[in-house]
Amino acid sequence: MTEELIIAGFGGQGVLSMGQILCYAAMMADKEVSWMPSYGPEMRGGTANCITIISDEKISSPIISSYDTVIALNQPSLDKFEDKVKPGGILIYDTTNIIHPPKRTDIKVYGIDGTNEAARMNNIKVLNMIMLGAFLKKRPVVEIAMVLEALKKVLPERYHHLLKINEEALHRGMELIEEVETPV
Amino acid sequence: MKELKLMKGNEALAEAAIRAGCDAYFGYPITPQSEVLEYLSREAEKRTGMVVLQAESEVASINMIYGGAGCGKKVMTSSSSPGVSLMQEGISYIASAEVPCLLVNVQRGGPGLGTIQPSQADYYQSVKGGGHGDYKMIVLAPSSVQEMADFVSLGFDLAFKYRNPVMILSDGALGQMMEKVELQPHQERSTELLQEWATVGRTPDRDSNFITSLHMQPEQMEEVNIHLQNKYKLIAENETRVECVNCDDADYIIVAYGLVARVCHNAAQLGRDKGLKIGVIRPITLSPFPTDYISKASEQVKGILDVEMSAGQMVDDVRLAVNGKKPVEFYGRMGGIVPTPEEILAALEEKLVGGK
Repeated sequence: MTEELIIAGFGGQGVLSMGQILCYAAMMADKEVSWMPSYGPEMRGGTANCITIISDEKISSPIISSYDTVIALNQPSLDKFEDKVKPGGILIYDTTNIIHPPKRTDIKVYGIDGTNEAARMNNIKVLNMIMLGAFLKKRPVVEIAMVLEALKKVLPERYHHLLKINEEALHRGMELIEEVETPV
Repeated sequence: MKELKLMKGNEALAEAAIRAGCDAYFGYPITPQSEVLEYLSREAEKRTGMVVLQAESEVASINMIYGGAGCGKKVMTSSSSPGVSLMQEGISYIASAEVPCLLVNVQRGGPGLGTIQPSQADYYQSVKGGGHGDYKMIVLAPSSVQEMADFVSLGFDLAFKYRNPVMILSDGALGQMMEKVELQPHQERSTELLQEWATVGRTPDRDSNFITSLHMQPEQMEEVNIHLQNKYKLIAENETRVECVNCDDADYIIVAYGLVARVCHNAAQLGRDKGLKIGVIRPITLSPFPTDYISKASEQVKGILDVEMSAGQMVDDVRLAVNGKKPVEFYGRMGGIVPTPEEILAALEEKLVGGK
């Protein structure tokens, strides 16, 4: 099993930490992982992405140009990476932020109303966990229990009161992607 | 139990320095290696008493390294390309004075201030001198976060074994990316263990030591040079390191170092899927360069492609090794762009497979 994905959005949406938590969880499940952030002269609100690779085998290049899964959280990210999904791959995008939906028909497309859902949960920062939950429902590369363990290790203790809402967000994402099962 | 962590290359290197019993770090922040200084500032002193000092410039930090190394301490600095350029004078002095130290260059695109994206355009500077005079560093090229960590203690060992500056030549991508890393157990700082050559103030029971790079008499200076060259020859005999993947049956070989070697593994796999037998040779030590190894490997192949994030620097050494026996072609991207596996395979097909 090898899953190559890119998570892209704007700074502040939790794009980089989403990849990190996924890697951490996969590492604890004894898998090979690689996390390659875009880094540049960027600021809050600028674009951010990370290439995340999870595999049962040793990972060669951490930098790749097409992906099994693209998770796009804003319009520029979707515009940039829609073409980079491998045929038959998955594209998950946030319909709150993306007004021009993807056009590809040779891939599975799931629009999740992530930001609005996070707002309904009273914490906009759990957007990334909603999207991660949605992704893991379709590509169960690690168990949700491992992600929760990873959150416990990655979050400093003073934020541990947020573990519960993050767990809820993961499960909410898993439900939401089922609701949009008929690809939009 | 193994201690596995998910870390950035820069953080893994910094953690490895603490665990290797490093006595002092002097450095000046520059992207994409600032995490080294940040991590050490946060962690080092409270854990081992290691000195961590942000110098006022790279010129200052390399001279602090010279001073610390002259005292026989395990000292290191890190920087990125423009900062390392500023250190070249000091590195020449250190090489001449034969004091051990560990230098790290997390390369970014140049020339000039350039970009902050990954590059390999400091190869010449690292292996061909950089500073003035006939000197050589030992240059280690990691290709994973694990090697960013492992090469710290290896680097210190080699530096002290040969009393020579050792450089870890990395790049921005390796510094910024996260992978799992198995950390070495903690090593005690050996501050009480005095190097017999160290200059630590007069002691009544021995002759005073003298460390200098100034020898006014040309005969004396030539002696120093002969001694250095003999040492470099010994280093080349003992310390050349190289990794070879799928070379046994290969018709074509890609030579690449660092992160790019890993991209080349993907390119080689793409080629094998199409029936092209491609192997990858990765020099781990760039200085000493695995000349004999590449020379021998070239005999049984049809052609060699050298791939770098530069305009073509290491390719000179590959050509010297192959010495005209087989075609050696080059493919590279510059200015902070990482080549893709598809591009590399296309270059190999165009320049070597179809082009003959």
